[in-house]
Order: sequence, then structure tokens, then C-alpha cells
Amino acid sequence: MVDQLSPLTPVLRSGRYARDDHSVGVTLAEVQPGSIVQLSAWPGQQAGILAAIREVMGLFVPGGAGSGVATETKSAFGFAPGKFLVSDQEEGFSVAFADAVGPDAGTVTDLSHGRTVIRIAGPKAEWVLAKFFAVDFSEPALAVGSGISTVHHDIFAQIQRTGADQFDVYVFRSFARSFWNSLRHASEEVGYEVE
Amino acid sequence: MIITCPFCGPRDSSEFVYREEGGRTRPDPASTDQAAWNAYVYERVNTAGDHEEIWQHSGGCRSHLRVLRNTVTHKILDVTLARETGKAEKPA
Ligand SMILES: [Zn+2]
Repeated sequence: MVDQLSPLTPVLRSGRYARDDHSVGVTLAEVQPGSIVQLSAWPGQQAGILAAIREVMGLFVPGGAGSGVATETKSAFGFAPGKFLVSDQEEGFSVAFADAVGPDAGTVTDLSHGRTVIRIAGPKAEWVLAKFFAVDFSEPALAVGSGISTVHHDIFAQIQRTGADQFDVYVFRSFARSFWNSLRHASEEVGYEVE
Repeated sequence: MIITCPFCGPRDSSEFVYREEGGRTRPDPASTDQAAWNAYVYERVNTAGDHEEIWQHSGGCRSHLRVLRNTVTHKILDVTLARETGKAEKPA
């Protein structure tokens, strides 16, 4: 497999950037899914999309507003009525979905090269994200696996809670380096580590 | 101000854009009735009180929404997905 290039390469420097007391509140990392695919159901066809996610990825998405599921290597969540974002560490899922989602069910859009996924984890992850997005990140409001669409200064972002204190932020690839730098600055207050 | 999107839940009003007055019927596209088109394009009810509107959650799920807003108090009384009826009307 050809190595993936990342827009974060010039600015992503691994290491500990702790507070004076050596503590870190969050860990920042780039997740590099081989596949990022958007699935959109035609009106009334959501069940067909959910069945395709089950068939292709083996993931069960309940289908309620924003519901989703995340494992170590795969994720899927609803981000709008009838629309789902799925990702997998393996490449080629857009092809598999194009076979599984018929033209009567909806559309398949390969975003693998269009998005960068940044993971923020740790006890202060909710605190740092709240500096960017006017959204309730507490666990009852955003359950593990669930995802949302929102904006940061009018620039679109999708966020999935992939663990109790872990979030994956999907941003436009051309915006990723700027967002990463902002995220580092916002994380200085609590101390951070770059994986 | 917080607006509750039926899909996304409570969000900051900056995520939403106002599109148009709701409850309006577009003339048949083939119509050449100038008065009907003039009324559709330019005439507004200009309600003082509860007002049907079309908004879009552009900074979220991007759904078009039917919003019932009081133009005097700015209180948002009800929000539903416009796709449920295809117009700015509350679903039955
Ligand atoms: Zn919404």
C-alpha cells in the first residue's frame, strides 16, 4: 500500500507539552482512516443504507438522530436526516458501498481524500472542544458512538464521540493544518501530548 | 439565542440561516401571469406576531426547517423539518 500523505505533516510533532506540574489534560493525534465515505438515503430509504452499513462493515447503527457506533478500526454515525458518515482503517470501502447501495436507495460519496480526522482524548477533551464549538459535549447529550455536524467559525466539522473521553473531529483537509494549530493552542491551558 | 433543531437538538442561532417567509405557494412555473408572479416575489404578509418561516440549519444537519417565530418577541415557538410536509406548515 502506498503511504498516506497528511496535511498535518509539517506541524505534527510528537511529544509531551505538559503544564508546569507535568500534567497533561488531553492527547492529540491524527487518525488516518483508509476510507471515509458519506452515505445519503433518498427519502424513505434509510433502512437500506443502514442494511448496507451492516453488510459492508458489520456495524449496527440504530438509526435515530445522530446515532452511531465506533470500534478500534471502524466507525459510523448519522449526521443529518438519512445521512451517514462511515470510516474504516482499510481502503476501498467506497467501492464496496457502491455495490451495496443501489441507485434506488441513495448515494455514496468517497471523502477519503477530502477529510482529515483529528482525535482528542483525555479528561479535558470536552473542556477543550467546548472552546471551539457551541455544542453540549457532556455524555448524556452526546453518547459514545453518536456524532454531530456543527461549525467552527462558519467552517463545517463533524464530531463523533468514540469513547467516554475521546472525540474524532472530521475537518476539511485544506483546513486541517489551521485547525490542528488552533487545537494545540487551545490545549496549552490543560497540557497536551501529541501522539 | 438557542434554536432547537428537530434532528441536532439545541444549537446556537449562528448555525442557522433565515431563508424566507413560509406558507407561500409558488405560481405554476409555466404561468405568465405577471400579477401572480409579482405577488409571489415581492409581496409579504409582514406579520406582527406568530409567523411561519423557512430556515436552514446550514451549520449543522443542513435540513430546511419550518419555524414558527413571534416577530414581536422573537420567541421561537416551534421547529419541524420542512421535508415532513414539503412546505412551511406544521405536519398533521
Ligand atoms: Zn440540524
